[in-house]
Amino acid sequence: MPLANNRQKRLRGAAQIREIARRIRARDLEMICDAGTGHIGGDLSCTDILATLYFHVLRHTPEHPENPHRDRFVMSKGHCAGALYAVLAEAGFIDADELSTFMAPESRLNGHPGRMKTPGVETSTGPLGHGLPVAVGAAMAAKMENAAWRTFALLGDGELQEGSNWEAAMAAAHFNLDNLAVIVDRNGLQQGAPTETTNTLEPLADKWRAFGWETAETDGHDIDQMMGVFDGLPLKAGRPSCIIARTVKGCGVSFMQNKVEWHHKVPNRDERARAALELARAKIS
Amino acid sequence: MNAEVHDCRDAFAAELLRLAEENPDIVAVCNDSVGSSKLGEFQKRWPERLVNIGIAEQNMVGVAAGLANGGKIPFVCAASCFLTGRALEQIKVDIAYSNANVKLCGMSSGMAYGELGPTHHSIEDFAWTRVIPNLTVAAPADRAETTQAVRWAAQYAGPVFLRLSRMGVPDILPPDQGFTPGQAVQLREGAAVTFIANGTLVCRALEAADILRREGLSCRVLNMSTVRPLDREAVEKAASETRGIVTCEEHSIYGGLGGAVAEVVATSRPCKMRIMGVPGRFAPTGSASWLLDYFGLSPAKIAAAGRGLVRSR
Ligand SMILES: Cc1ncc(C[n+]2csc(CCOP(=O)(O)OP(=O)(O)O)c2C)c(N)n1
Ligand SMILES: [Mg+2]
Repeated sequence: MPLANNRQKRLRGAAQIREIARRIRARDLEMICDAGTGHIGGDLSCTDILATLYFHVLRHTPEHPENPHRDRFVMSKGHCAGALYAVLAEAGFIDADELSTFMAPESRLNGHPGRMKTPGVETSTGPLGHGLPVAVGAAMAAKMENAAWRTFALLGDGELQEGSNWEAAMAAAHFNLDNLAVIVDRNGLQQGAPTETTNTLEPLADKWRAFGWETAETDGHDIDQMMGVFDGLPLKAGRPSCIIARTVKGCGVSFMQNKVEWHHKVPNRDERARAALELARAKIS
Repeated sequence: MNAEVHDCRDAFAAELLRLAEENPDIVAVCNDSVGSSKLGEFQKRWPERLVNIGIAEQNMVGVAAGLANGGKIPFVCAASCFLTGRALEQIKVDIAYSNANVKLCGMSSGMAYGELGPTHHSIEDFAWTRVIPNLTVAAPADRAETTQAVRWAAQYAGPVFLRLSRMGVPDILPPDQGFTPGQAVQLREGAAVTFIANGTLVCRALEAADILRREGLSCRVLNMSTVRPLDREAVEKAASETRGIVTCEEHSIYGGLGGAVAEVVATSRPCKMRIMGVPGRFAPTGSASWLLDYFGLSPAKIAAAGRGLVRSR
């Protein structure tokens, strides 16, 4: 099984993953500044989660992105395509050089991930609330085949205001999809305001549990801790798993952290230089 | 295009403020889109009259229908792609079929979101909305018409979909033109061909007509901001009095303004036609202006379509 080839690559220590995450952040900053558009706050908030998934959790074969035995990863918060492309490059799905085409005319690296555009993208996203139903379907297919591959979906917290997520959550529990895990990027901010002053999500873990999911909470920037949680999947046999990752929007750049305007603001020259400096010497967790 | 251009969302927001001042029943409803719908000032002035429902478009449109049921006049402000695509059945049933007095304001329609890609482009919204009975569907061409259309919608008792853009457009219509749904506004007279355009493509159609005028072909230009109800009479006159019709819209060539005009032409006054718009495929990555040129929606290409129509006789 070619999946085994990837074992070496997957089994990295937290320190190495942390360094990968640092590189992704730095590259993402460049991509967004060069393109003049992007979603830097949410990118920086999910970078450690993406790095942990791609370099510790997911069983995949970048050289065969359509390997039927691969674990599926669905990037439901599609506006954070920049972070996704940077991790896909680190993992070898695309060439690192291609990242400089981010959002340029005819680039494969669109502002939102397209399944027909970029290798490694399982389904096209951008409109929020699409990823989980697709992930539920994929997990169902694996169950029908008695296959060992698993399905993961990364969701924004504001995204959870979309009703489609809760329709899918109900179905996942009903069909006992313990081969499915959701990671919620719980940074507390959405596009224009905090989630709790817009449309309250708390008590969030209780909601998932009431829908029949087993839940765990983790620091979404503590790679050791996240590795431990992911190693324990499924959290409970017969139940889908929801991991609520507490994160900081804009994590890694002091003046972006927890600032709602950095949802999609683009750094000017001075901000870019300061952010790059911080990311060059960053020790996130 | 050398003329100064304006983002029509500013005219929209300014007029909504004036209307809200005059009529306390007017409320704004949005989906985490206070900024992109330019509702910041509205929120400051009347926080209790702005309902930010969160990222939940189906709920947003249903809630607006309920607010209307309770006597409010909701202006629902959201990116056009999500407002129409996500909440289409709510628009059909809760708004149009139930005749709810709701004003749906689709922001940043067409390909204005450029490199954010086909998920964020709204080039299907005319097709989706204009088949729904009892829904007025309009795309203003500039800030003056936007102002007039918003004012008209507020006093009209019934469902309206206003398709707005964030792409800058020059001033085209006189500020006192008024807005009458179902009535095209003739911007140029001529007998060679008729350009029928709306929204962001009106200024490009005018430029195309200028190009042809310099070649001795005088063309009629109609601003057809409402695609439902359509000004059938203006289409029939164009079909009889000029040598053909070229429609121009920042929308798919299927089911939009071109489709609506073709339905009249085919069933009542057959004439030669060209439909200029976005061809039926998903756009590559690219900025809004790059995509307009890529898909042949430049004044030069529009003029070429008109020229071709004249020569094809
Ligand atoms: C259906 C839909 N409605 C609205 C938007 C516009 N939008 C893009 S990102 C965003 C906020 C997302 O917040 P969250 O899910 O918390 O993401 P994060 O904080 O991780 O960036 C919004 C409203 C969208 N992409 N899709
Ligand atoms: Mg968030």
